[in-house]
Amino acid sequence: MQFLRNLLGLDERFTDQAKEEPLSPEPAVRENQLKLKVGWNTNTGSVRRSNEDAVLVFTASHDGDEMLPPFGLFILADGMGGHQSGEVASSLAARTVGNYVIQHFYLPILISQDRDTAQPALNELLVNAFQAANRALAKQVPGGGTTLTCALAFGSRVYIAHVGDSRAYTIAKDGTLTQITQDHSLVDRLIELGQLSPAEALNHPQKNVLYRAVGQEGILEVDTYTQAIPEEGRLLLCSDGLWGLVNEEKIVTIIMEAADPQEACDQLVAAANRAGGRDNITAILLEPPLG
Amino acid sequence: MNSFETQKFDETDRSGQETGASDQKPAPESGSSAQSSRDLGTHRIEQKAERSHSRGKGHLSSGHQLQGRYQIMEVLGFGGMSAVYKAQDLRFPKVVRVCVVKEMLNTATDPEVRAMIRRNFEREANILATLSHPGIVQVYDYFSESDRSYLVIEYVDGQDLEVLLNRTEGFLSEEKVVDWAIQTCEVLSYLHSHEPHPIVFRDIKPSNIMLDSHERIRVVDFGIARLFQSGKKGTMIGTEGYSPPEQYRGVAEPRVDIYALGATMHHLLSKQDPRLEPPFSFHERPIHETNPTVSRELVEVIDRALAYDVNKRYGSAEEMERALLNLKSAQRGRSRATTSLGVSQSTQGGNVMALWRFACEDEVRSKPTLSDGMLYVTAYDSNLYALRAEDGEFMWKYPTEGGIGSSPCISEGRVFFGSSDQILYAVNAKSGRIAWTCPTEGGIWSSPKAAFGHVFFGSDDQRLYAVNAQSGRVAWTFDADGKVRSSPAVGDEAIYVGCDAGIVYAIDTGGQAHWRFRARRAVTSSPAITKDMLFVGCQDWHVYCLDIRSGWSAWRYRTDGPIVSSPTVKKDMVFIGSSDKNVYALDTDSGRVIWRFATEGQVASSPAASDRAIYVGSTDGTIYSLNIRTGEVRWRFQTEGPVTSSAIVHGDVVYVGSDDHYVYALPA
Repeated sequence: MQFLRNLLGLDERFTDQAKEEPLSPEPAVRENQLKLKVGWNTNTGSVRRSNEDAVLVFTASHDGDEMLPPFGLFILADGMGGHQSGEVASSLAARTVGNYVIQHFYLPILISQDRDTAQPALNELLVNAFQAANRALAKQVPGGGTTLTCALAFGSRVYIAHVGDSRAYTIAKDGTLTQITQDHSLVDRLIELGQLSPAEALNHPQKNVLYRAVGQEGILEVDTYTQAIPEEGRLLLCSDGLWGLVNEEKIVTIIMEAADPQEACDQLVAAANRAGGRDNITAILLEPPLG
Repeated sequence: MNSFETQKFDETDRSGQETGASDQKPAPESGSSAQSSRDLGTHRIEQKAERSHSRGKGHLSSGHQLQGRYQIMEVLGFGGMSAVYKAQDLRFPKVVRVCVVKEMLNTATDPEVRAMIRRNFEREANILATLSHPGIVQVYDYFSESDRSYLVIEYVDGQDLEVLLNRTEGFLSEEKVVDWAIQTCEVLSYLHSHEPHPIVFRDIKPSNIMLDSHERIRVVDFGIARLFQSGKKGTMIGTEGYSPPEQYRGVAEPRVDIYALGATMHHLLSKQDPRLEPPFSFHERPIHETNPTVSRELVEVIDRALAYDVNKRYGSAEEMERALLNLKSAQRGRSRATTSLGVSQSTQGGNVMALWRFACEDEVRSKPTLSDGMLYVTAYDSNLYALRAEDGEFMWKYPTEGGIGSSPCISEGRVFFGSSDQILYAVNAKSGRIAWTCPTEGGIWSSPKAAFGHVFFGSDDQRLYAVNAQSGRVAWTFDADGKVRSSPAVGDEAIYVGCDAGIVYAIDTGGQAHWRFRARRAVTSSPAITKDMLFVGCQDWHVYCLDIRSGWSAWRYRTDGPIVSSPTVKKDMVFIGSSDKNVYALDTDSGRVIWRFATEGQVASSPAASDRAIYVGSTDGTIYSLNIRTGEVRWRFQTEGPVTSSAIVHGDVVYVGSDDHYVYALPA
């Protein structure tokens, strides 16, 4: 292992100053760096006849001489449009983005460690992936549309691209829930402008109206975010079938009390169904590696 | 508020491209699930859905007669629940009298609801038939046949403003837009003063304003079709883009039309379709950003019409009309002086007086360092100066054999600095006596960093050096691919530095590259690091944000010129200068611009940050203090030469050099 050899070599060169601070920190515990725990669940709910939500979860780890940070790709799409086009749209969008990211991000990483400007910045790469999904939908599912929220975890950092009103949250170690994404919904915008209270919004006749979704003609505007996942914290992606029916406090309680991410997702879906299950319900929960 | 069908109808109405059969939209899910189903408020996708399903039941075909009087000539357009035909009125057999027949389908299944919709239609048609204004399309007749209701209206030979806008290359002229808006105000005044109740149009937008061949406008489509969509929430389109926020609460009062007219003017002048933008975002998209030729006065009128708060808009259409008329006469008076507005100048901050200044013998391009009440400054005159920070009193200097462009660093009572004479010096911080020297094989323009009991710096001999801070012995060197003029940043696990070959390296504490990132041009800018991100500028015009562990680029931001300035990170923002003359504040997470400040010269200086301000020099000779949140000028200080030196802030004082040979102490 090159890393350790360097450390040893270094010590030899520093023999003249034994009292100095060591130039190298303790080697990190590798096992913790490699494990990324994830759970997910998607459910039709209690009212609808079909599930228009689509999920794609992909994780990869590598240990060896050239250790790679753990990689995870989490995609949630909530489709819309009649004649099954909602289901087709969400599934196609999730697969298109998955395909694009694996091809343009993860395969190059497996092949080489060098970074290059020929590879776009990660936020641009995700935007490009969304544009590919947008084009695919316009061509193959005219009339269908979908929300699309994608989280790419690499090491302890997460890169998020987002269109629509599915949500990404971080949950800190102490249970603080923070919404990362902004809903592209009309009522959200009205709340932002102080024209509508959150309580009024819940019953607004147009609470489901989006002003931006994948499947539009032309160039799609995509929001991107990047941030570190809080230490010992978690990342949650969910569709409005969850956040519209289960309040944030309850979501946090379920996640904090669950034994693992899978159990948490199962419990979240069950809670939304107990609250009426009016819509399709999807949750993806990620626990990043330690260190 | 308008519903989907209305808008759909309007889109195809005058496009003249749609032919063929129409059909109802596929039925939405019924019952409660219809309400919880999601809609895409963006009209385009709905339009496609419409087209793909609009086959089946036919329109009235050419030659068909209605009421024995109106003979269909052709289909002008259709939507899900309605169609528009051009027809001939047979009551005038000797001449061809053309009119427009609008057909609406009554799809309600409950007989009582059907009857109610029909009654409402007849009531509204009655009102419309009584309206008489040159700017309003005349309603001639109305009737119902089985499940359809019809409105017979005047045929206008012209095109609507949306079609006109789309066919116009470049921008529509300000005079024309103002003229149309004045005419629209007249129509609105007429409608709003209707007795016994004001008529609120609710749907002013470019496609509802027709322009005839005499440059007269006609407001068309009173949205009567909305009566035929009761209870169809599942297919309702949410955002028209032109409607004010309160309209979504069900408010329909005259001032909603004022807002919609403002939105229409914004669209016509900026060419930005509000239906493709976030709702109510006009203020975030100033007209000047796309069309800088529009006069500031007109922008003010439009801004007022577009106020969120209904009480801040014009109180009436007359009031808005007066404002537009004043504008027109004022502009005529000035024989149309085109006011071109670029980036608006920030508030002029005042000037400050220097607390003291100290003259070196040549340019000061480095960043001073302060420690223990002493200020250490390097200059192109080849000296390191030690000054008393309080008053600039000279204490001692240490001469080298070459000009010094890099900055000193201090650790454990020693000052470390490199010189273009290829040597790194360590001198006693109090006395200025030499402790040791470390020769390299190239000039040193990289500023040393002390950490882990070592000093790290680059040299033009293409190496990064790790030197024992006590003894001056070289612990290791790292061979880069080009001259190392960037100054290293030292993190917990690695040292980060750029080189002239355009590569940024993460070098572990053993001197081995952990990762490398290849940019397109030289990286002389010095990286700034946080716990997990690295920021650096590059002469390929970009600011890069890299994941510190992997070297993968998280985002990049392109300025309009090469970057030699080094970034500073504070309060979730990255501050950096560019040779495009701007200082940028970027969001660390997204790379989005938070603010930008334009100086008069290139910004090679690296910004210094305090809790409330940014301090940065420009080759325009000025040192700027900018508000850290807004980028507004707090104060400026003019020197006698370009400022490429970077400032440091300590307490209430800013220290900075200039190419005019002086080092200045300024009140922060």
